[in-house]
Amino acid sequence: MPKKTIDIEHDLTHLSILNEKGEADESLAPKLNGDTLVTMFRNMLATRRLDERMINMQRQGRIGTYGPSRGQEASQVGTAMALRPDDWTAQAFREMGMTLTRGWKMDLTLFFWGGYEEGNAVAKGHNDLPIAVPVASQTLHGVGIAWGMKIKKKDSVCITYLGDGGTSEGDFHEAMNFAGVYDLPLIFIVQNNQFAISHPRRKQTKSRTLAQKALAYGFEGVQVDGNDVLAVYSATCDAVAKARKGGGPTLIECVTYRLSMHTTADDPTRYREDKEVKEWEKRDPLIRFAKYLRNKGVLDDESIEGIENDVKDEIAAAVKRYEEYEGLDPLDSFKYILAELPPDIQAQQDEFVAALQNEGKMSH
Amino acid sequence: MASINMVKALNLALAEKMREDENVILLGEDIGQDGGVFRITEGLLDEFGSDRVIDTPVAEAGIVGAAIGMSIYGLRPVCEMQFSGFAYQAFHQVEGHLSRYRTRTRGRFSVPMVIRMPYGGGIRAIEHHSESREALYAHTPGLQVVVPSTPRNARALLRASMLSPDPVIFYEPKALYRAFREEVPDEPETQPLGKARVVCEGNDITLIGYGAMVRVLTEAAEDLSDQDGINADVIDLISLAPMDTETLVQSVSKTGRAIVVHEGPRRCGIGSEVAARLAESALDHLEAPVRRITGYDVQFPYFARERAFMPNSDRVVQAARELLDY
Ligand SMILES: Cc1ncc(C[n+]2csc(CCOP(=O)(O)OP(=O)(O)O)c2C)c(N)n1
Repeated sequence: MPKKTIDIEHDLTHLSILNEKGEADESLAPKLNGDTLVTMFRNMLATRRLDERMINMQRQGRIGTYGPSRGQEASQVGTAMALRPDDWTAQAFREMGMTLTRGWKMDLTLFFWGGYEEGNAVAKGHNDLPIAVPVASQTLHGVGIAWGMKIKKKDSVCITYLGDGGTSEGDFHEAMNFAGVYDLPLIFIVQNNQFAISHPRRKQTKSRTLAQKALAYGFEGVQVDGNDVLAVYSATCDAVAKARKGGGPTLIECVTYRLSMHTTADDPTRYREDKEVKEWEKRDPLIRFAKYLRNKGVLDDESIEGIENDVKDEIAAAVKRYEEYEGLDPLDSFKYILAELPPDIQAQQDEFVAALQNEGKMSH
Repeated sequence: MASINMVKALNLALAEKMREDENVILLGEDIGQDGGVFRITEGLLDEFGSDRVIDTPVAEAGIVGAAIGMSIYGLRPVCEMQFSGFAYQAFHQVEGHLSRYRTRTRGRFSVPMVIRMPYGGGIRAIEHHSESREALYAHTPGLQVVVPSTPRNARALLRASMLSPDPVIFYEPKALYRAFREEVPDEPETQPLGKARVVCEGNDITLIGYGAMVRVLTEAAEDLSDQDGINADVIDLISLAPMDTETLVQSVSKTGRAIVVHEGPRRCGIGSEVAARLAESALDHLEAPVRRITGYDVQFPYFARERAFMPNSDRVVQAARELLDY
């Protein structure tokens, strides 16, 4: 009968290891060897440089609209590096750093934003879903994959990525609920980059953090400095280890900032102050990590230049392959509709061929 | 040979496939403990356990979206939408992902899964429980849409759907669930997806339909034969996507007249598609316009008015007489 307080478990941490000056709290820092640190840096740098190149190419009309990752490299690379190849990912559309870390060729990024399905033709052996455009819809595919792992009694895990805006979608709710109810080895990485196109984080939800949303679904939520690759990596490793042992899902909110426009079709000056962007530029994840690695003696001018050149070559080679691609077969659209083309669609294909021939776009 | 109704036939198809393939799992609301609101999954929880017969929260997008992930991971999920009227909560997953995965990834990932859902009127249900919106799915590229019409073909079609390498929307005419029994063979059988079925033959007119309307057509065919000496070809489309144009054209080339019947609204409905195909491919044979007897382009009424609303054999007989006099 009495009115009393319900003692719900709630425990919300914010993790930050590496500050803007490149100083780390070594007691919290993950124990990584030099090679791993260099790989981490290289993945972040490659993401930054390809991102810059993509924007240039869009401006020159060599690809279509592009959604940049600038500023979010730590959140993308740090999370992906905590995975094994037999783990899976279910991404949204702003995870280029994750895909590069998972070993996707840069070609796929170019092809996708260049308007070819080839960009989503995930290579065999890569356990990653392609880009999913409908906001938060991919979180449910992550649920299904993690569920499959549980049913098959695997010790692998799945990460699904979404943005702060994605947390307002119904699919996110259903995915969180299923993950909790069935205790799935699924990690929600929310890249809180402060904006959903123009809509600011504070208007997306009244919740003080996005991490706390996990509490309502009965599992752990963690907030990390999303521009701190060591914190992102460390929190993801913890969540992954827990999930592998059957400990269920975790939501990690990576607090970061979208330094570029939403897409190349967007003009962010309509909804945010340059001052704010400048503030966040000081927290750039790449600069901070480079400082740290220099201080630690893992990298120096010369080795960084070596990596820069290496990345430049990789980008140049990918761009070349993209621009020299000759696979533009209009009949491609019919090739993958079903395993076997049914007669009625076959007849439409014949009609299409005749139209193309008539227009002189295909030889008889 | 056992004589069973459509509920039992669907249950049998699921059980048979689940015994053969441990990757086949079921997801849906109230399908486990409760056996499904129409009892299609009765007894399956006991036989296969809660890892394979999964009672989910009330979350249609969750069911379909999760099943997409499962199926990419190598499972063969069969989802139940409790009613087709609530499948719109998952329609974005169907249109946005289910139908597209093969194309999007150039064949790297396909989504071999089945979504079963009961549709159609005639069971005196409240709003959202009687509509027929198969055209929405048939309009969506990348989906196969099939509708059974008897216990035997329900079992065979569901089995074929579970074997298909691509997604199938399995639209169940709930008015037929317990309407009649039919002998089914002891061994599982499949019915090819994409093929129509000639139910009975005649030279004067072609009557085309699917699902619960097939019974309306056979009744009309009997009346026409008894009362007017008019003999009808009755074609059960079975597969709405892809559609078996060949069988339609063959029949109409012989009869020169066609009536197409469905419960769903007329505008941009399956009947429009049938009429267009006949106009494109059988115009030379047509002796009269193709007639559509369908739901009207208004809301399906609450059940007090549904009997008057739904297509019936009298309307088919009347239209057939008009076409023969044309
Ligand atoms: C279901 C859906 N609604 C609307 C859109 C259009 N849209 C594309 S991105 C976006 C904002 C997404 O914001 P957020 O989830 O924070 O991710 P971010 O773009 O910041 O990475 C919107 C509204 C969409 N792709 N999908």
